[in-house]
Amino acid sequence: MSSSLTAYERVLAARKASKISIQTLINGLCDDFMAFHGDRAAGDDPAVIGGIGLLGEQPVTVVGIQKGDDLAENNARHFGCAEPEGYRKALRLMTQAEKFQRPIVALINTPGAFPGVDAEYHGQGSAIAQCLLTGLKLKVPYISVIVGEGGSGGALALAVGDTVWMFENSVYSILSPEGYATILWKDSRKAPEAAEQMGLTPEALKAAGIIDRIIPEVIDAASLASFKQALCQKLQQLQAQSVPELLSERRARYRQF
Amino acid sequence: MPLSKFTAPTSKEISFRMDKIPDHIWRQCPICHQSFYEKKLGQAGVCPECGYGFRLGAQKRVEQVADQFKPIDVDLKAPAQFQDAKYLAKLAKARQVTELNESVLTGIARTGKQCFGLGVMDSRFIMGSLGSATGEKITRLFEKCTQEKLPVILFTASGGARMQEGIHSLMQMAKISQAVAEHSVAGLLYVAVLTDPTTGGVTASYAMQADIILSEPRTLIGFAGRRVIEQTIHQKPPVDFQRAETLLKHGFLDAIVPRAELKTTLAKLLRWHQKGGQAE
Repeated sequence: MSSSLTAYERVLAARKASKISIQTLINGLCDDFMAFHGDRAAGDDPAVIGGIGLLGEQPVTVVGIQKGDDLAENNARHFGCAEPEGYRKALRLMTQAEKFQRPIVALINTPGAFPGVDAEYHGQGSAIAQCLLTGLKLKVPYISVIVGEGGSGGALALAVGDTVWMFENSVYSILSPEGYATILWKDSRKAPEAAEQMGLTPEALKAAGIIDRIIPEVIDAASLASFKQALCQKLQQLQAQSVPELLSERRARYRQF
Repeated sequence: MPLSKFTAPTSKEISFRMDKIPDHIWRQCPICHQSFYEKKLGQAGVCPECGYGFRLGAQKRVEQVADQFKPIDVDLKAPAQFQDAKYLAKLAKARQVTELNESVLTGIARTGKQCFGLGVMDSRFIMGSLGSATGEKITRLFEKCTQEKLPVILFTASGGARMQEGIHSLMQMAKISQAVAEHSVAGLLYVAVLTDPTTGGVTASYAMQADIILSEPRTLIGFAGRRVIEQTIHQKPPVDFQRAETLLKHGFLDAIVPRAELKTTLAKLLRWHQKGGQAE
């Protein structure tokens, strides 16, 4: 049972190599998925997967931030740290979804946006800022799910949906507990204490009204099916709303903070 | 020439001479490291060598860019849910130093005939970090200006998120972005002036969402901090890599405006947008 884990054990569980990868999750959720590439400006970031898939009967746009399953893949995907090109690709696909009135599902597993010299030159801050500005106004249902790590602004960029869910073994925070311990106590080894204090577990975040639902960890066909069913149900409910209703509820969700 | 022609002053003589020079008469620029006579900083507080604008308190900034200013939400403070003693002490000290309730001063300003919403962040207040009350004040400024159909000018100065408020600090980025989006959809002008330093979550939200993004010479602007980059991926960033001049070159700023010209430049931009835009 996850609830018996300490906060830091939950951090480790969220980072575990055996955690389901975003690509595997997409393949399990969608009957057919076609990945699309590139930000139409500078490049294609392997840390961000995006495309269209069939969820049940209907096409949906799926975007995700993905770590690697092995070292080579992790190096290519920067351990799930997206670059500006990745955020712009996600935003391009989400805007396209709006044009064709397709709902959006964002699946997030990232320690944070990539901290690199080129990422800065290419406007990391600006890319995330645009994801927020445009994402909050998309006229289609938008569900965000934190699957593993939800690290800071790099996760928030895709976590401004109509509803935000977290997997049982996932965490969402302003920075890593190691970083928090370094800044506040100048000692990264105090990460376990930091994790306790930060309130980064799904239960703590749900109690604080930051997220809406905790999803049982997807480990087999049955848990995958129930996650898929939850997504389909929520999409159906959101799609029944008019656009003004959808936007006004999304506005209220973020205005309360 | 005999070596004895000049005799070096003894250390006692040097310290006697130093005592004759009043403190603070010389200043050193933190960017170009040139020392200069303090009076050369001038009214605006600008390095005479490289043009870097020394950090300003919010009230001083308001005086420099507006003829009149009526503050709003002056009593809005960090929510009572944050009870950590160290944090409360930090807040108390920041309030005392800055005479502000939070890291941003907001209000309705007037320059000439132009009326506009004005927000100024103050880096002396816990490094201008984005607390819940900071976010609430900026959100309310945008909401008020959307309602009253006023443009917004926002001076950013921030180290980023406020660690002590954790995830609630992160949520401010979403809350403010929502208010910026609504102001924009209403066809209203938003000008951001990025001042030293503008980093982290502030860069990754409202600093980079304006219709027109200006900065002052030599301003530090970035998302990830230099130390984080060095320690995480072991890259050594070049000296100037997050300066305004570099961002201008890479296409993320509209213009760099020297501090002395900011007031007239902003007034001009407000005039040019007097008619307002098209609401969606």
